[in-house]
Amino acid sequence: MILIMLTISFILFLIFESDKLNVATKVLGEYSLLDQRLLWLEQNGYNDPFITRYVRWLFNFIQGDFGKSIQFSAPVSKLVGEHLWNTGILAFWVFTITISISLVLGVLSGIAEGSFRDRAITVFSVLTTSMPEFASATIFVAIFVFWLDILPGTSPFASGFRWNEIVLPVLVLVTYNFGYYTRMMRASMAEVMTSQYVRTAILKGLPYRRVVMRHALRNALIAPFTVMVLQLNYLLSGVIVTEVFFSYKGFGLFLYQSAMFGDIYAIEACTMVAVFVAVLSQFISDVGYTVLNPRIRFS
Amino acid sequence: MTDTTAAANRAPKPDSILRKLGKAILLMRESRIGMFGAFLVLFWVMIAIFVPLLPLHEPLTITRGSSLMPMLSTDPTGAFHWLGTDDRSRDILSRLLWGSRLVLFWATAATLVAYTMGMLLGVMAGYKAGWWDEVISFIGNVLLSFPLLVLYLVILTSFGANSSAGQWLKAALGVDSAVIAGIMIIVAVMFGTAPQVARIVRGLVLDLKTRDYIAAAEVRGESPLYIMLVELLPNARGPLIVDACLRLGYVTITIALLGFLGLGLPPPDPDWGKMINEARAWGSNGMNAMLWPAFAISTLVLGLNLLADGIREISLRD
Repeated sequence: MILIMLTISFILFLIFESDKLNVATKVLGEYSLLDQRLLWLEQNGYNDPFITRYVRWLFNFIQGDFGKSIQFSAPVSKLVGEHLWNTGILAFWVFTITISISLVLGVLSGIAEGSFRDRAITVFSVLTTSMPEFASATIFVAIFVFWLDILPGTSPFASGFRWNEIVLPVLVLVTYNFGYYTRMMRASMAEVMTSQYVRTAILKGLPYRRVVMRHALRNALIAPFTVMVLQLNYLLSGVIVTEVFFSYKGFGLFLYQSAMFGDIYAIEACTMVAVFVAVLSQFISDVGYTVLNPRIRFS
Repeated sequence: MTDTTAAANRAPKPDSILRKLGKAILLMRESRIGMFGAFLVLFWVMIAIFVPLLPLHEPLTITRGSSLMPMLSTDPTGAFHWLGTDDRSRDILSRLLWGSRLVLFWATAATLVAYTMGMLLGVMAGYKAGWWDEVISFIGNVLLSFPLLVLYLVILTSFGANSSAGQWLKAALGVDSAVIAGIMIIVAVMFGTAPQVARIVRGLVLDLKTRDYIAAAEVRGESPLYIMLVELLPNARGPLIVDACLRLGYVTITIALLGFLGLGLPPPDPDWGKMINEARAWGSNGMNAMLWPAFAISTLVLGLNLLADGIREISLRD
């Protein structure tokens, strides 16, 4: 895990800072003179060997010094923090709502595999999963902003946090993501329902509801759990699109703006944070799987 | 298994491909969902192929005086616009249908390249094991640790058509910047998708290589290359076909997504994602120009997803 992070940090440094004159141009602007750029490189220690620069950059990075954003002229660490907080709010609601919906729908269709209800839920979830975020965002904006006129079409949080500005981004992300989770949950539930201990529980006369809630559901949760946590990686991609669409002042929008602007230090920091979240979620998924599944824990 | 393939190779095969296709279609009929998916996909493929023959306005010509017209309207010159016009008076229906070409072409090309790369790496990692496996799996893990879109953003902003690398490539190959943008998209998609494919193929190969027919081929003295390409890959195709179908859907979304983010094909090409992005600035006037590309991309991806479901359903039944 640490090896992967190190490799990625090295690749990023290679991509963005191996051409040092380019760095100077980005920092000082297109219209700076060559002399100014060379002077800037001299002053900021860019004439040291590549490896020295990388190691120094890495140490600063680990200590939380990400450099200064060229675009916003503020420390990157502060900007990343602010934007991450907003994205955290968004992600929290998306995750909570998505998981609740997919749990209910997944169980409902999984316990009656092949029934009309199961088919309807499956088709519905395929339908919503086929709508990429920017497509469903378009449709929701058409309905809620232009037609019903009850929600704002952008979420810049110009005057602080507003509840009605977060509704559409959450709706869009939930729509795209819940289908996948539902199908996971359904498959897992359907498999557990055919297992022998569930049959035993039903035959021994326990109420059906109790069998589902107590015996089946707990075991059915193990497989989807790992997938759900791993999905965080994909959720982040969706978050970027949604935030760009709604100008939601979050991490995704910040990353996008930095990448498009060529704000080197900001992209490096954002990418590392994104990768860190992804790698961490992988780790949590592994650990969680072991904790949830006694068969692995005790073997 | 090897005997039968060898026999099939020797025997004359007058109708193998056509018959196989026919069989596949017959099988497809058993899954209603799959049929509907196939219908949606075929619809867009047909449009992409035959769009030059349709009686449409020019998708790229910019005229004056009839911009942002609503659906079903006639402009001052008497031309009728089914879906209205955009901010440069271009016919939206025509741009939408021509857009299917771009999306389908680049999505298919990118998926094919990524799949080939992923399959080769996966089969190498699975069959050769040892160092090969370590190295390939590590590179794959590094790439998979990037959230996909972040990877695309980094690749396309650093090496895209507008970067110095892109300019250099453009000069070296002497082609249009649209082609460079397309190639860069393919490369980016390859980096994002090939590791996932490689991981799946590796898993399948690890299982397949313990089979008797692989041992037989080894005893026969076949070269590792022959075993990997002729014995292993064709036998791993079942799950791969379903995955390829889903993957094509993701890549289609990706292509449109990059267009939406302004990283796709350069203007004035009518790319669905870009159409949505442009229309976003026009407020309620752009609603119509925004909704149709959104429906188009959703139906195409829905078709691919349902098709994959259908194929999976049928392959599980056998």
